[in-house]
Amino acid sequence: MSGRTRIRVGWQASLGLTGDVLTYLAVPLSFPLLLSFYYGESPLPFLVAVGVTLAVGAGFQRVQDPEVNLGPREAFLAVALIWLLVAGVGAIPFVVAGVGTVAHPVNAMFESMSGLTTTGATVLRDFSLHSRSVLMWRQVIQWLGGLGILILATAVLSEIGVGGAQLMESETQTRDIDKLTPKISQTARLIWGIYVGLTALAVLVYFGLGLAVDPQMDLYNAVAHAFTSVATAGFSPEPLSVGAFHPLIQWAVVPFMVIGSTSFVLIYFAINGEPMRLLRNEEFHFYLGAMGALASIVAVGLFLDPGSTFGAEGTIRHAVFNVASFVTTTGYASTDYVQWAPAAKHMLFMGMFIGGMVGSTTCSIKSLRWLVALKSFRRNLYTASHPEAVRPVRISGKPIDEEAIRDIYAYLLLSLVIFFLLAVVIVVDAERGDAPVTEFEALGAAATTFLNIGPAFGDAGPYGTFATFPMTTRAVMIVLMWIGRIEIIPVLVLFTKGFWTS
Amino acid sequence: MRVVIIGAGEVGTSIAGSLAPDHEVVVIDIDPDRAEQIKYDYDVLTIAGDGTTSTVQTDAKVGDADMLIACTDNDQTNLVACGTAKTLGDGFTIARVKSTDFLRTWEGNEGAFGVDFMVCTDLLTAENIVRVIGLPAAIDVDPFASGLVQMAEFEIAAESPVAGQTVSEADRFESLTFVGLFRDDEMTIPRGDTDIRVGDRAVVVGSPESVQAFATDVAPETTPDRADEIAIVGGSEIGYQTARLLEERNFKPRLIERDAERARWLAENLPNTVVMEHDPTDTEFLSREHVDEADIVVTALRSDEKNLLISVLAKRLGVDRVIAVVDSYDYVTVFEEIGIDIAVNPRTLTAEEITRFTYESVAENIAVLENDQAEVLELELTEGCGLVGRPISELVAGTDVRFVIGAITRDHALVTPRGDTVLRPGDHVILLVESDSVSAIASMA
Repeated sequence: MSGRTRIRVGWQASLGLTGDVLTYLAVPLSFPLLLSFYYGESPLPFLVAVGVTLAVGAGFQRVQDPEVNLGPREAFLAVALIWLLVAGVGAIPFVVAGVGTVAHPVNAMFESMSGLTTTGATVLRDFSLHSRSVLMWRQVIQWLGGLGILILATAVLSEIGVGGAQLMESETQTRDIDKLTPKISQTARLIWGIYVGLTALAVLVYFGLGLAVDPQMDLYNAVAHAFTSVATAGFSPEPLSVGAFHPLIQWAVVPFMVIGSTSFVLIYFAINGEPMRLLRNEEFHFYLGAMGALASIVAVGLFLDPGSTFGAEGTIRHAVFNVASFVTTTGYASTDYVQWAPAAKHMLFMGMFIGGMVGSTTCSIKSLRWLVALKSFRRNLYTASHPEAVRPVRISGKPIDEEAIRDIYAYLLLSLVIFFLLAVVIVVDAERGDAPVTEFEALGAAATTFLNIGPAFGDAGPYGTFATFPMTTRAVMIVLMWIGRIEIIPVLVLFTKGFWTS
Repeated sequence: MRVVIIGAGEVGTSIAGSLAPDHEVVVIDIDPDRAEQIKYDYDVLTIAGDGTTSTVQTDAKVGDADMLIACTDNDQTNLVACGTAKTLGDGFTIARVKSTDFLRTWEGNEGAFGVDFMVCTDLLTAENIVRVIGLPAAIDVDPFASGLVQMAEFEIAAESPVAGQTVSEADRFESLTFVGLFRDDEMTIPRGDTDIRVGDRAVVVGSPESVQAFATDVAPETTPDRADEIAIVGGSEIGYQTARLLEERNFKPRLIERDAERARWLAENLPNTVVMEHDPTDTEFLSREHVDEADIVVTALRSDEKNLLISVLAKRLGVDRVIAVVDSYDYVTVFEEIGIDIAVNPRTLTAEEITRFTYESVAENIAVLENDQAEVLELELTEGCGLVGRPISELVAGTDVRFVIGAITRDHALVTPRGDTVLRPGDHVILLVESDSVSAIASMA
């Protein structure tokens, strides 16, 4: 062993935990399996997928060393591994089913990663080729990815109680998870309870409206869309996305996307008789305000556009729906906004970068980071002329730690660099592969995958497909969706020498 | 009355000095020399020993004492001493503390720690400073109900906007009551249509914020408003509490603190104060930040010498009013002789507060107005007393005693009295009454 650096990460603990999570995930993943029996479709894709999940899970569990504890480094490794492996398992049914573009392993992995990370970018071309159970499989993995697998894991696996907070913080990159109860597993269970409750409510609302106004919104579609609206995920078994349904149903989807992007901790307080904690929260104001402002601008843009034929209600609906879909990083569409005037499209592009609140199912930069950055910038303007002034940055009256502010700046910078690099890769690779991609479309595709939003513009638009991008681009996107969902650090940290050695 | 005082420091000595002539006073101090000294200065019994222990307290016959005053420099010692006293008898206990946290804990549950009355030195000092800053136009200001309510008396000058208005026109504030009007040595109990004339002296009772707002109305020239610059030098507990109380009155003070960590803490806890981290003796910095143009400067550093230095500096730079915290009593006259406008000594204030408390038997708190023509009383209402259970308008109509209820506090919250307000047991009522009728009204409470 002399001369070599000893690995100091308790990887056995990470693998053991990964194994535990995988075995438990086999349960929700079996839902499409039951569905395939019900519809008389082939159960084989799901049998294989669930089988592999259990086998890999059991294998990893054998590595578990009870002596090794779950520390911060082990948590990072476990987070990165769990998201990668679950996406891998998720790809299996597409390959086994062997139908359409998604049968190719890279495409299958893209679809699965896009689902798990709640991106919602699809490589499917012809939806009618696929069985209902396979289409539901996409919805289920999105729902699982929505709130974060590790919050689920913490809720279910009582034995990771101590490391649970560590795991959730590694996954979401937020310091100090707000514990609602003394035990983190109990907190995770409460949050998951809210998530399940909201999803059930969405099923009821969608199905009820379906009975009233639109037979196409049957129970299958109600469940499928409930899974992906609260999760702000974006897949739909319908090629026209939510645009396939009655306007009333489109309106009904908006509040669920918005609630899904609201901090679940604050929702918990609101339900338990402390609504002011939510209503007075500055991040909440910022997020709703940004969404409202963007939607108004887009609506005005559409009204002024002579080519637009939506009418008054339609214009407002499409503006509100698509802005909400972009800001909350859901990625549903109510219409093919690719046809809109450039100004309106650029507003949607801007909306991609906002994101919802910390502690919700949303992705992207998130409102809190913008708010802290803006406030700290305003503080800098003041201290430029009053160098001795001590002014903490406050959010909802609570001072923010200076170190947390630096972390946020680092995160913003890092995101920007990765985003631009990805855009360059997309343009260059498209050029090489003769795919027709403009710079704006490349920027949109980069933002949409890295920030986990879903459709973008051009071929990557809501009614298009990512299958037209060259294979290499898609492979890069798979990695960036993964990095983006778990907020960069847990993945990047694995590639540093200091992580593996002391 | 038999009074046991624990701690023979400046506060204890001062209290002993004022009580000794009329009462039986026992002073306990852990330092035998200090205990010995006080025996020669005043006619009191002294005991050397640890006043928190039941052996020493038994020697001092705390069990038979009417009152125990724990006023050492150490908060915990004072609290424990009161706790011990409660195990020996049921005399009234008074504790002096510095920490506002102890005060808040006690306020949440009076009787906690075995303390019947708590005096928080730093808060008391800050309240005093803020009163001095806020109401320079007032002839008399007194706090009631642990600072929740203020009584203030103003002389109406010719240029005052309220001169010539009726009381109802001048009464524009939610929680403020006009309780008395003095004109040519004659007291009137004002009604809505009473005129306010130049030279009148008006007595108002209400929340400190509303009294402040009224002062701005009565004497806009001298009362500081939000545009005025108030600078506090030194982020000690007194400095912090002063800034906090000023914030409550809608001022935006500046606070200068040298220590980075303390400055950060202050900035986090004082959202409407501009905290500056710098050496306050740096004149270049003071003029760059326009501290020299401040209307009022409060020096609240931990050292008297530094406070003196800054005060002199501020005066020389041209600051209008300088208020200095002076920790040692001997320096107070020095400060004032040099020309510092007001020197505030926390120990004197504490001793005064405690001594005042020992005198009051009829009421919780008293302020005497205009050569004893009238008194403002704070009464705690008990179950079944004559004031409870009827609307105020009925109470006033049903008695010959002339009195005005200015404010009510219920569970540490201010209730503005109206004609239909019904008083409850446990309420603290602040009322103005003619001096002849004090005993009549006290007998009803």
